[in-house]
Amino acid sequence: MNNNNYTRRKFLKALGLGTATVATPAIVSCATGDEKPVASEQEPPVGKMTYRTNPKTGDKVSILGYGMMRLPTLDAGGGSAREEKDAEIDQEMVNRQVDYAIEHGVNYFDTSPAYCRGRSEHATGIALSRHKRDEFFIATKLSNFAPETHSRQAGIEMFQNSLKELQVDYIDYLLLHAIGGGDDAMAVFNERYIDNGILDYLVEQREQGTIRNLGFSYHGDIAIFDHALKMHDDGKVKWDFVQIELNYLDWKFADEINDSNTDAEYLYTELVKRDIPAVIMEPLLGGRLANLPDPLAAKLLRRDPEHSVASWAFRYAGTFPKVLTVLSGMTYMEHLKENLCTYSPLKPLTDEEMRFLESIASEYVGYNIIPCNDCKYCMPCPYGIDIPAIFVHYNKCLTEGNVPREMEQPDYFKARRAFLIGYDRSVPKLRQADHCIGCGHCQPHCPQRIRIPQELHRISRYVDALKSGDNDNLKDIVLDTNE
Amino acid sequence: MRLHNIRVTLAVVFFTLITALLLDFSGTLHHWLGWMAKIQFLPAVLALNVAVIVGLVILTLIFGRIYCSVICPLGVLQDVISRLHTWRKKDRFSYSPAITWLRLVMLVVLVVALIAGIVSIAALIAPYSSYGRMVNNLLQPLYLWCNNGLAAIAEHYDSYAFYSREVWLKSLPTFIIALVTFIIIAVLAWRGGRTYCNTICPVGTVLGYIAKFSWLKVRFDEEKCKNCSRCTKNCKSSCIDYKSHTVDYTRCVTCGECLTKCKFDALYYGRAKKQEASDTKPKPSAEKSEPDTMRRAFIVGGAIMAADAALAQAGKKVDGGLAAIQDKTIPKRTTPLTPPGSVSVRNMYQHCTACQLCVSQCPNDVLRPSGDLLTLMQPTMSYERGFCRPECNRCSQVCPAGAIRPISIVDKSSTQIGHAVWIKENCVVLTDGVSCGNCARHCPSGAIMMTPVDPDDDLSPMVPAIDAAKCIGCGACEYVCPARPLGAIYVEGHEVHKTI
Repeated sequence: MNNNNYTRRKFLKALGLGTATVATPAIVSCATGDEKPVASEQEPPVGKMTYRTNPKTGDKVSILGYGMMRLPTLDAGGGSAREEKDAEIDQEMVNRQVDYAIEHGVNYFDTSPAYCRGRSEHATGIALSRHKRDEFFIATKLSNFAPETHSRQAGIEMFQNSLKELQVDYIDYLLLHAIGGGDDAMAVFNERYIDNGILDYLVEQREQGTIRNLGFSYHGDIAIFDHALKMHDDGKVKWDFVQIELNYLDWKFADEINDSNTDAEYLYTELVKRDIPAVIMEPLLGGRLANLPDPLAAKLLRRDPEHSVASWAFRYAGTFPKVLTVLSGMTYMEHLKENLCTYSPLKPLTDEEMRFLESIASEYVGYNIIPCNDCKYCMPCPYGIDIPAIFVHYNKCLTEGNVPREMEQPDYFKARRAFLIGYDRSVPKLRQADHCIGCGHCQPHCPQRIRIPQELHRISRYVDALKSGDNDNLKDIVLDTNE
Repeated sequence: MRLHNIRVTLAVVFFTLITALLLDFSGTLHHWLGWMAKIQFLPAVLALNVAVIVGLVILTLIFGRIYCSVICPLGVLQDVISRLHTWRKKDRFSYSPAITWLRLVMLVVLVVALIAGIVSIAALIAPYSSYGRMVNNLLQPLYLWCNNGLAAIAEHYDSYAFYSREVWLKSLPTFIIALVTFIIIAVLAWRGGRTYCNTICPVGTVLGYIAKFSWLKVRFDEEKCKNCSRCTKNCKSSCIDYKSHTVDYTRCVTCGECLTKCKFDALYYGRAKKQEASDTKPKPSAEKSEPDTMRRAFIVGGAIMAADAALAQAGKKVDGGLAAIQDKTIPKRTTPLTPPGSVSVRNMYQHCTACQLCVSQCPNDVLRPSGDLLTLMQPTMSYERGFCRPECNRCSQVCPAGAIRPISIVDKSSTQIGHAVWIKENCVVLTDGVSCGNCARHCPSGAIMMTPVDPDDDLSPMVPAIDAAKCIGCGACEYVCPARPLGAIYVEGHEVHKTI
């Protein structure tokens, strides 16, 4: 018979280009505070950017940092299928946006060898090479996640390659990438940076001037964060900066959303104690704080109808004085312009406004939103599941009220239709949650420590219940966030 | 004149609605229009739907072959094509004698095929089936593409008014047959109007001989006739001989064209001056006989892959991207799968006229025409694109031929159409060294339990064990099995369905 030529599954890596489209924040007038908008309302002003000073080098760093993780792609925006993520980076657009950012005072660009299926550094290098080297600070990372990159040689090659791709002979800010991940985070940390002598090598590079500032980005196990700071206290290695996740949700509720995460309040306070500047990532939580559930968004807009929901989150992150820069992965020019408006100059939040946002955060926690920031570190799934697309769809439906819990609710059929049709639109059938086998390969890669297989299986059960009309279970499935 | 207009109006309405029924994929129309498929002659015969058969016979005994010019969508299709030609060329028909031997041969072929249980041959010449196939294979893809275009527009505006459906070639042989049938029918209709109906179509032949005895007929008023020949030249059935003032009632489909064309009122539709006696009607018997059940050796998934097949996952270096998903191969099933409600494989293939209505309707892309010679074009099931979902019984609701009989959702959940078979060699638990259990996780009837591959070692990898007695054969396991291209679990059909 036929079928004798069974070919083994090929785990084709790095095929789909993952450029996230962060949900577009509403574009609102650029008028900041009491200033009247000038002629072109949406145009951010030149020369008004707020800067923070790096205490060690005296670098004047723009409070808005450009995150190069969600670069625009050529086909972005056309069609719905996430399969189109195979698209190449739209270099012309990257150049335009980088030029625009620099023109408006942005001088911090953050990339990594892993971003955008490994193409971010190259694209960033091209865009920045068109500017004078003293006009920008470049941040990149030693992203040695894969076991075969754990060797000293592979680590050095990765660093040297970053210099080459970025077309520079020194890196302004170099980070150990995402320490604190893995099942045994301490073992992983030691294997990636200590045992192979890579940290020593990087310190050496700092002495030689190839690296101007050395730091780390952190997600996950708090023991590693404490351990790294203890190294600092003990004088083993001085950290010039640390990159942490900070936003009004993570400030006090990070551990409520996922008990293995740590509140940003603790992280930031520890850094302030040591006078280490903080670089902020995920100020918007991958766009989730730009797309709040309708009732919450309404509260923010009611308080300030002229500014977007997203702008609150950016002002929040920027209000902390020891924050060096706030990274934003600006895929579209509109994102860039809006953020430039927010930060040109930054109008810090008052204490009362901070408390207001924290009250929004406490309400947000009740929505059981899956804390996925669409960073795609989990991807590619060897079995082809589009994990972030599934979570993004589920969260979108949650915030829009399209996750029905019982048939009796008034808009049940409308919500059901929106959920199911939207699901097929966002995720091709064979990449949907029901095809997750629970192998767990994604799990160690998630910086948010989402229990990915369990959540996928829960969504699969939910979809099945919706389709089959087995409505008794809907509510239980929605509320049962941890299976 | 009046008769003609009523006839055309009815025909257009019937034709449009039944086409809509055959195109509809959303599952809304069949509640309203399902009866239109059920009053088709051959499906009614195969379903032994006595009420419909008697009704159609009585209809014919009263009005003549009105069935052929109103109810039969293939007949109306030919009228449409023929009319296109007539617009360009008037008065183009002429009288020709009936080719009686061919009509009878075709009828015999049909009857023999039905008796022998090879309905797929009958389905080749049956008019409604042919039309269903054309719509399903030729028109529905266009319809779906239009729908998908609308869905894309709807998506752009964040509307859920339309949703997209995948368009895929379900069976190449069936597509080719549908295309060839369409070309033949179109050419015949373009050239000679109702040639197909009056030389090939066995339903036309049967109804034609019944119509010979119908009460109302097209008749000549010989006193008024001027032998102008307009009636003959406009008869798409070529059945009016103006010279002898006769109409071949076995071929006349009572379309009414001649009545409107006659300037002298020499033709009328009505009772005869002298009553004609009606006779007992001939009817193709639907006797059943032992069908061939195809048996094909099933060779378990071929080559056993190298044992060093450790997961290549360690290579993740960058973020993002999607792993390629290989297409699944259709497993070789010893017994074909037929949907719940079809009672048995035999019942399915002896009743099905291959009209493709169930295939059009299947929302889970499970049903598709069979490529097997003996059951050609008749539907079979496979689970690469979805599985037979528990909440759906649409195919059983639409089937006009009694091949898939109505079955309730509750009955369906306890009807065993097959049972799952595990192919150890393909299971990713063993080939990739991962934990899985996706089949067990999705089994709606709890028929799959995960057990250690080594019964003496509780810590050995967990593999599925199937309790075939509980399995209903819905294919959820086959659909979600990650092993590709050949799955590690597939459903083997059962010859006779049973309730568990």
